[in-house]
Amino acid sequence: MTGPLTLGDFLALGLIVFLLGLYCVLARRNAIGILIGVELILNAANINYLAFAFFGGGRYDGQVFAIFVIMLAAAEAVIGLAIILAIYRQLRTIDVGAAATLRN
Amino acid sequence: MLMRSLFYLFAAMTIGSAAIAAFSRNIVHSAFALLGAFAGVAAIYTLLGADFVAMTQVFVYIGGILVLTLFAVMLTQGIADVTVSNRAVGRAPALAVTIAVGTAMAAAIARSPWPAAPAYVPAPTTYGIGNAFLGPYALPFEVASIVLLAALIGAVVIARPASSGEEDTP
Repeated sequence: MTGPLTLGDFLALGLIVFLLGLYCVLARRNAIGILIGVELILNAANINYLAFAFFGGGRYDGQVFAIFVIMLAAAEAVIGLAIILAIYRQLRTIDVGAAATLRN
Repeated sequence: MLMRSLFYLFAAMTIGSAAIAAFSRNIVHSAFALLGAFAGVAAIYTLLGADFVAMTQVFVYIGGILVLTLFAVMLTQGIADVTVSNRAVGRAPALAVTIAVGTAMAAAIARSPWPAAPAYVPAPTTYGIGNAFLGPYALPFEVASIVLLAALIGAVVIARPASSGEEDTP
């Protein structure tokens, strides 16, 4: 592969990062591992936003959306980790299977 | 040509670190590998001419979310034990779903014609982003502030140890 970079190159990178995150979310039973997978997925989405913004010519909408995604990822991580710590204090584990006992 | 070499360098860094984060048996290794993935993604943002977003990525992801994740990893003890920390079940179905989604998306990417990169002119983007936030995106910007405030209060309420005055102790 030579020549100038195309939009497809960045989309391929975003796809690979997204798939790694998807596998991480699906295969893990550790709640923190699942959150790590979600962060990877959000990063892949951001790569796509910025790639389309760059190749779409000079507008800032893509970058603004990427900043919103980063902001929501921060809020999600804070709440997710707070819930994980609360579950750990109750159950002494962060296995998402064990957390099903919360229903009673 | 330089852009392509840099792209492959940072893409390899991102994908390698993300693979460690996704496949490592030890959750501590996963959390630390996230550092390389976030840093590589920030470098990719710079290649895409988004300097402000790249710095935001460094501040928020590496400085905030990564440190927070490491705190959570360290606070849940016994986590360094591999069998406890990162037990993965359903590897085969997860792999099947991942491969199915991946082939569908890769086919869509490969079949479409994509434009080549425009000439890279490094230019500051903060002026335009600031105008966008205070102009057409003013309302989402304010809503985002409320979301962050709610997340702040919610995290304190959820993670606070139950005080002695409450009856929710088991």
